[in-house]
Amino acid sequence: MHDKTLTELAAGLAAGEFSSRELTESLLARIERLDGDLNSFITVTPEQALAAADAADAARARGEAGPLTGLPLALKDIFCTTGVRTSAGSKMLDNFVAPYDATVVEKLQAAGTVSLGKTNMDEFAMGSSNENSFYGPVKNPWDGAAVPGGSSGGSAAAVAAGLVPAAMGTDTGGSIRQPAAFCGITGLKPTYGRVSRYGIIAYASSLDQAGPMARTAADCAHLLGAIAGHDLRDSTSVARGVPDYTAELEAPLSGLKIGLPKEYFGEGLDPDVERAVREAIRVYESLGATVREVSLPHTHYAIPAYYVIAPAEASSNLARYDGVRFGHRCDAPADLTDLYKRSRAEGFGEEVQRRILMGTHTLSEGFFDAYYKKAQQVRRLIRQDFLDAFDEVDVLMGPASPTPAFDLGAKKDPVSMYLQDIYTIAINLAGIPGISVPAGIVGGRPAEGRPVGLQILGTHFAEARLLNVAHQFQQATDWHLRRPALAEESL
Amino acid sequence: MQWETVIGLEVHVQLATRSKIFSGASTAFGAEPNSQACAVDLGMPGVLPVLNEAAVAMAVQFGLGIHAEIPEVSVFDRKNYFYPDLPKGYQTSQMYHPIVGPGEVEITLDDGSIKAIRVHHAHLEEDAGKSLHEDFHGMTGIDLNRAGTPLLEIVSEPDMRSAKEAAAYLKAIHSIVTYLGISDGNMAEGSMRCDVNVSVRPKGQEAFGTRAEIKNVNSFRFVERAIAFEVERQVELLEDGGEVVQETRLFDPERDETRSMRTKEQANDYRYFPCPDLLPVMLDQAYVDHLRDNLPELPADKRARFQKALGLSAYDAGVLSASREMAEFFEQVKDVCGDAKQAANWVQGELAGALNREGLPIQNSPVSAPQLGELVARVIDDTINGKAAKQVFQALWNGEGGSADEVIEAKGLKQVTDTGAIEAMIDQVIADSPAQVAQYRDAEPDKRGKMIGYFVGQVMKASRGTANPQQVNGLLKEKLDALC
Repeated sequence: MHDKTLTELAAGLAAGEFSSRELTESLLARIERLDGDLNSFITVTPEQALAAADAADAARARGEAGPLTGLPLALKDIFCTTGVRTSAGSKMLDNFVAPYDATVVEKLQAAGTVSLGKTNMDEFAMGSSNENSFYGPVKNPWDGAAVPGGSSGGSAAAVAAGLVPAAMGTDTGGSIRQPAAFCGITGLKPTYGRVSRYGIIAYASSLDQAGPMARTAADCAHLLGAIAGHDLRDSTSVARGVPDYTAELEAPLSGLKIGLPKEYFGEGLDPDVERAVREAIRVYESLGATVREVSLPHTHYAIPAYYVIAPAEASSNLARYDGVRFGHRCDAPADLTDLYKRSRAEGFGEEVQRRILMGTHTLSEGFFDAYYKKAQQVRRLIRQDFLDAFDEVDVLMGPASPTPAFDLGAKKDPVSMYLQDIYTIAINLAGIPGISVPAGIVGGRPAEGRPVGLQILGTHFAEARLLNVAHQFQQATDWHLRRPALAEESL
Repeated sequence: MQWETVIGLEVHVQLATRSKIFSGASTAFGAEPNSQACAVDLGMPGVLPVLNEAAVAMAVQFGLGIHAEIPEVSVFDRKNYFYPDLPKGYQTSQMYHPIVGPGEVEITLDDGSIKAIRVHHAHLEEDAGKSLHEDFHGMTGIDLNRAGTPLLEIVSEPDMRSAKEAAAYLKAIHSIVTYLGISDGNMAEGSMRCDVNVSVRPKGQEAFGTRAEIKNVNSFRFVERAIAFEVERQVELLEDGGEVVQETRLFDPERDETRSMRTKEQANDYRYFPCPDLLPVMLDQAYVDHLRDNLPELPADKRARFQKALGLSAYDAGVLSASREMAEFFEQVKDVCGDAKQAANWVQGELAGALNREGLPIQNSPVSAPQLGELVARVIDDTINGKAAKQVFQALWNGEGGSADEVIEAKGLKQVTDTGAIEAMIDQVIADSPAQVAQYRDAEPDKRGKMIGYFVGQVMKASRGTANPQQVNGLLKEKLDALC
C-alpha cells in the first residue's frame, strides 16, 4: 500500500479494498520500522491517527465520504495542532502545544484526512538541508549519506520513503520545491495568499506559503483544492474562488509556450542536472509545446534581496520567543535581561540566531534605507521580470536546484547553503506559484543515484495550469514512479 | 532673561471599540487579569492580526473632526522592542503612513481669543499589557487584558506656549473624541493619556531649545503641574549655565516633580518596518464621505452657532459646548422653553449649582432637560415668578412630581396677577400693620422706597409667594402714598 498514490488509495478506499484503519495501521507500522533511521518525523500520533481513521471509516459507512476521506498524510511540524506539540524544529518550542489548529489543519480534518504526525524540518524553516533541526538531521531515502533538502525535509523524505502518500510543507524560499526535487517527489508552492497562513509558525510573513508534497501532480491538485481559499483570520489570504484543480489536468499541451530563463542555466548548474532538465524540456516539445529562451534580468539580486527581507521579518516574528509566556525559559534567570538573553541563546540554534542578527542589523537606524528599502525595490523589479516573461510565455521551466541532493555535512559555510536556493527564491519574492516534479536520477552509487527536480513556474493564481503541465509530464514519463530502495527493505 | 515655553503633546486616546484592534477579544475595562486576552493578544506562534474596521472608522471620524487630511493609504508598521507586557516583541503602529494627516484643533485662550493648535498627524496602534509589581513577592505579574486595545495617538506640533494652553488643548481633544463618541475619555481608567514635550527658549529666539519628554501624564491637572515643574527645572538649569539633556522623564504626582527615565543614548532603536501580516489600509472617497456626512456637530461649530444663531455670549457658548452631554441638555431645554438665554442661565445657574453640590455629571441630573425646559417656559410666560420657580426646581430635583406644571399645580404656585386679589391682600396687610404704616407716613419721601420692602414681603407671604412681585410693588406704592 505504501507505493500507491493518494489517488490510487482513494480509489481503494472507495472500492472497499481496505479501510482507512487498515491503511493507517499499515503506514504507522512502516513508520515504526523505518523512521528510526530516517528521522523524518518529530512526533508520530498513532492514537489520534487511528481515531481519525475510524471516524473516516464510519463516515464512509454512512455514505458521507468525500474524495479525501480516510487518506493518511503528515504535517510539517510548523502547522499548529491542538493538543499535539508543534516545535518548528526548535528547542525553543520543544514544550509548545498550541490551543488551536492552523487553518490548513482544520481544512484537512474537515476533508476527512488522517494525520499520522508532525514531520521534521529545519528550525523555524530556516535551512536547505534539514540539518538545522533540534531533532537531528533527516536522511534522504535515496541515499542515507545525502540530505533530503529543506526546510520541509521531513515531509519530503516521509513521502519518498512511502511512510505517507502525502505531506504538507511550507515554502519561504524553496522549502517545498527543493526537498521535493532532492527526494524525487512532487511539491507545489502556491501563489502567496492562496493558502491561509493562520496557525503556521511564521518565518518570513511576506514570503511564507503552505503547499502539498506528494507523489504526483494529480495528488497535489486534490490536496490544494482542500487547503486553498480565503480565510478571514489571515488578511493576506486572497478573496478569490477556489477552482477544481483536477478539472484541467488532462488538457493537452499543444501550443503551450514554455520559457527557459537563461539565468537558470548558467554558471554553477550541475551538468547532470542540466542534462536531465533539458531532456524533460524535449519531452514537452514532443507533447506539442514550443520553447524559447527568456530573460529574468534581476535574478542575481534575488538571493541578496531575500537575505535582507526574510531575516528582517524573522527578527521581528521571532521576538515573541522571549521565555515569558511559552516556549523555552532558562533556569533561574537573574533578571529580565538575563531571562531574555539566556532563554533565546539556549532555545535558538545557530542558523536562527544568525538570521535574527542579520535581520536586526538591516532594520537598524541608519541601515534601513540601504538594506530593507533597497531590497523591497529589488523585489518589485524581480516581480516585474516574471510578469514581463509571462506576457511572452505560459510557463517558465528550469532546474529546481543547481545540484542533486548533497551529502550530509557537506555545506559548512552558510553562503554556499544559501546559494542552494538560487532558482527557487525569486519565486517567493514575486509571489508566484511553482512546482517541482521528478525529472531524472543522476550520479550517486550505481544502484541508487539521486533525483533531479524540474521546476515549473506560472503567473499568480495559475496553479491549475501548473498542475496540468506537471501532470501531462507525469503521463509521459515515469520518474515520479521510481522508488528508492530503502536499506532496511533490501535486507 | 525672559523665557518662552514650547510645548507639544502626544495624546493617546483609547477608542471605544467593543473588540480589540487586531483580535475579537473584548476591550471591557476591569475584568479578571488575562481573561480578555486571546491567542492573538498573547502573541502565540502562528496567529495573525485582523484589523478591526470600527477602529479605522473612529480614527477617520477624528480626522474629519479636526479638518485633517485623510490619506487614501495608510500602513501599519512594527515597532520592535522587548518588554514582558508586549507579547509579540513588537507593537503594531503606524510610523510612516498614518491614517490621519495634518489638521487643527482650536482652543480658547484666557482673553477669549481662539488659537489654532496644529496636529501633525494621528495614527492607530495597539496598546500593550500591564506589568503588575505589587502582590507578587519580588516578581512581576503580567495582565494582557489591555494588550491589543486600539489607541489613536494624536501628535501635535509644538504650538503651545504655556501649561494652560496645553491643558486647554487636551480638553479640546477630550471634548472632540467624546462628542464623536469614539472614546469614553475616562482618564482615570487610562482611556486618555499623554506624553508632553517641553522645552524653553529665550523670548524672541526662533530655534527650539532641547526638549524633555514627560511620559504618561493622565489628568488635565497633572499636565499643568508637570509642565510647570519641568519649565522651572529647565529655566533654572539654563540660568545656572547648565544644559537641558534630551531625555524621557516621568511625572510623579505625589512629589509633584519629573524624574529622568532614560536619556537619548539609552533610547531604543525600534527598527520600524511595514507589518507584513496586514495589508495597507485603502480608504475610498465614498467611505470617507459617508463618515463625514454622518459626523455630529463638533464643539467648535457648536460654540460658533451658540454665539451667532442663539446670541449667547462667548463665555456661555464655551461653557455650554464644552461637553456633548452639556450641549445636548442645553439645547433640549432651549427647544422646550423657546429662549436660549433663559435656558443658558438656568443650565449654568440653578442646575449647575445643584449638580456641583452633589458632584453629579449632567447626564445623571435628577431634573431632566424637558422638565427644566417646561419650568423655564413657565417663568417666561409669567405662570410663576422667579421665587416660585426655585421652589419648583427644588421639588423636581427631589423627585416630587413628574413635571413643572404638576408641581405648580400641586403646590399652588401659580402666580396671582388678578389686581383685585392682590389689592385685597394689600388692604389686609395695611390694616394689620398700623405701626409700620405710621412710620412710612412720617418718613421723608426719599426714604420711603426702602421701607416698602416690608410691605412687599408681607403681601408675598400672604400670597404664599404667588403674587406677581411687580404688581405688588406698584399697587402697594399707590396705596401707601395715598395714605400720606
